[in-house]
Amino acid sequence: MIKVIGRRLAFALPVLLATSIGMFLLGAASPMDPAKQYAGAAVFTMSEENLAQIRANWGVDDPLYVQYLRWLGNLLHGDLGWSTSRHEMVGDVIAARAGWTLLLIGITLGVVLIGSLVLGTLAAYRRGGLLDRGVRVAAYAVQSMPSFWLALAAIAVFAIGLGWFPAGGLTDVRSTGVDVADVAHHLVLPVAVLAISQAPWFLLFVRDSVAESLREDHVLAARARGLAGRTVLFGHALRTALLPFLTLVGTHLPELVGGSVLVETVFSLPGLGAVSVHAALGSDFPLLAAITLITTAVVLAANLLTDLAYTAADPRVRIDG
Amino acid sequence: MADLALSRPRIRPGTPVAALVLGAAVGAVLLVPLLLPLDQSAVALDRTTLPPSPAHPGGTDDLGRDVLHRSIYGLRVSLLVGVVAAVAAALVGGLIGGLAGLLGGWVDRILMRVIDTISALPHLLLGIFIVAMLRPGLGAVILSIGLTHWLSTARIVRSELLSLRTRPFIDAAIAGGAGRTRILTRHLLPHVLPKIALAVTLMIPHAVWHETSLSFLGLGLPPHLASLGNMINDGQRSLLAGAWWSSIVPGAVIVAVTLAIAALAGRWRDHLDPRVRAELNL
Repeated sequence: MIKVIGRRLAFALPVLLATSIGMFLLGAASPMDPAKQYAGAAVFTMSEENLAQIRANWGVDDPLYVQYLRWLGNLLHGDLGWSTSRHEMVGDVIAARAGWTLLLIGITLGVVLIGSLVLGTLAAYRRGGLLDRGVRVAAYAVQSMPSFWLALAAIAVFAIGLGWFPAGGLTDVRSTGVDVADVAHHLVLPVAVLAISQAPWFLLFVRDSVAESLREDHVLAARARGLAGRTVLFGHALRTALLPFLTLVGTHLPELVGGSVLVETVFSLPGLGAVSVHAALGSDFPLLAAITLITTAVVLAANLLTDLAYTAADPRVRIDG
Repeated sequence: MADLALSRPRIRPGTPVAALVLGAAVGAVLLVPLLLPLDQSAVALDRTTLPPSPAHPGGTDDLGRDVLHRSIYGLRVSLLVGVVAAVAAALVGGLIGGLAGLLGGWVDRILMRVIDTISALPHLLLGIFIVAMLRPGLGAVILSIGLTHWLSTARIVRSELLSLRTRPFIDAAIAGGAGRTRILTRHLLPHVLPKIALAVTLMIPHAVWHETSLSFLGLGLPPHLASLGNMINDGQRSLLAGAWWSSIVPGAVIVAVTLAIAALAGRWRDHLDPRVRAELNL
């Protein structure tokens, strides 16, 4: 087990490091002048000496590798830098918003997992039946819909047309505090849209692997023993298919993160996605780089964890490489 | 391995329908600029936010511009970006996959592990980062897609090369005294190129989605340009005021065209060697 962790980290850490170097070089090649960005509108009245002073303070004119090592060292010390688009410490920006993004992604993942397991298993049970065909047509169509477009369509129908749910935000404009019921009401549409846009892959995977395990010997044996259809389906066929499915959830996390950026933007949720778009529009290197790197590290760690859980749960599986 | 499940034939819109949709889209993209040129900066404030009607099948937006007309121009840009970016991504992937497949051994093992790890990165965030640092624009968008979408081509090229290497006709060529270059260009490339072509086709919808996502976020093509992502973004305000068509129509164009391309590419894939189907999923 420890060897597996070691080998995984031996690849994950260099990739993370290479990503950070690539991002830093891109940032350095960017035509933005960080000193001018920092000054904002005051740049027009600021003397050249003052700008030079800011540059000297920040070491913008040092050799690139010195700057990179300083940036990396600061990141590792927990000093994420100063956001030029929000004029706040990057750490504070992320701390204030990460929770909402995690909430959105967490609830969505739960909904997608439960929904796709139930629907996929039922579709596999009657292959070629009405539900099966309906599920597959819907999955195929949804796969080609951009999630932000789906979000706008949902707003047009359920927020504007029917008025059932609010069109955006996290709390009612009139409310002063954060009320759980209010937040839940605001999260229904974003979670539904994100879940639906991510569901096809999960749904088709469950359907195919349950359909396959329904043909396996032990499932046939269970059927021959006269066990109830429901017991065979959920107790035997789904159980066989469950383990590989759960590990593959990790590989699909990047898609979920991307989808949450778009959905957060459409619904103006105060999460990391919307703030990184804002940072990108303002070419805010410290904030954007920190969010991208942290997300990358979290996704890599989640992948590592699901792989390890798989090895722990199924002794036949050995991870090589 | 992640997409084994998707490799099985699924229900797809019928090939004739897909061909018809794609044909109509390509025809419109080629003909409309010739017959009905669009003035990108023209506005008509006497007919703002009109619902769909025979005169304006897609309605008009908040500046009185015909939504369907602009959608066709947007589709033209999106398809252009999609094709160029898909080719760029395939070039990167072909190079790296070729290196892994030709050299084999530890180079292959390391490259494949690196590819697996990179496929775990959140590529939309990386794409956003690339565009933000280079200033939004056509080149930045294409670069952003090329750098984040090459993995599948690399896998395809590598596995194709690995299986070709063990085939008797390669041994025969080596025994016949053919040099490395000759084997590569005369024996390996003819087998790999069709697969790269298919990978590019399967990639086009993904490139289009990536481009429209960036444009929608304001990080893609310049905002005054009629592009599908920009239009959906522009239409947001009208949509909140009840004029759904200005965002929904350009999105429907994306859905119809990418579905058609994916369906046709899927048919093509099914006709190719079934062994590689699993690798070809994007």
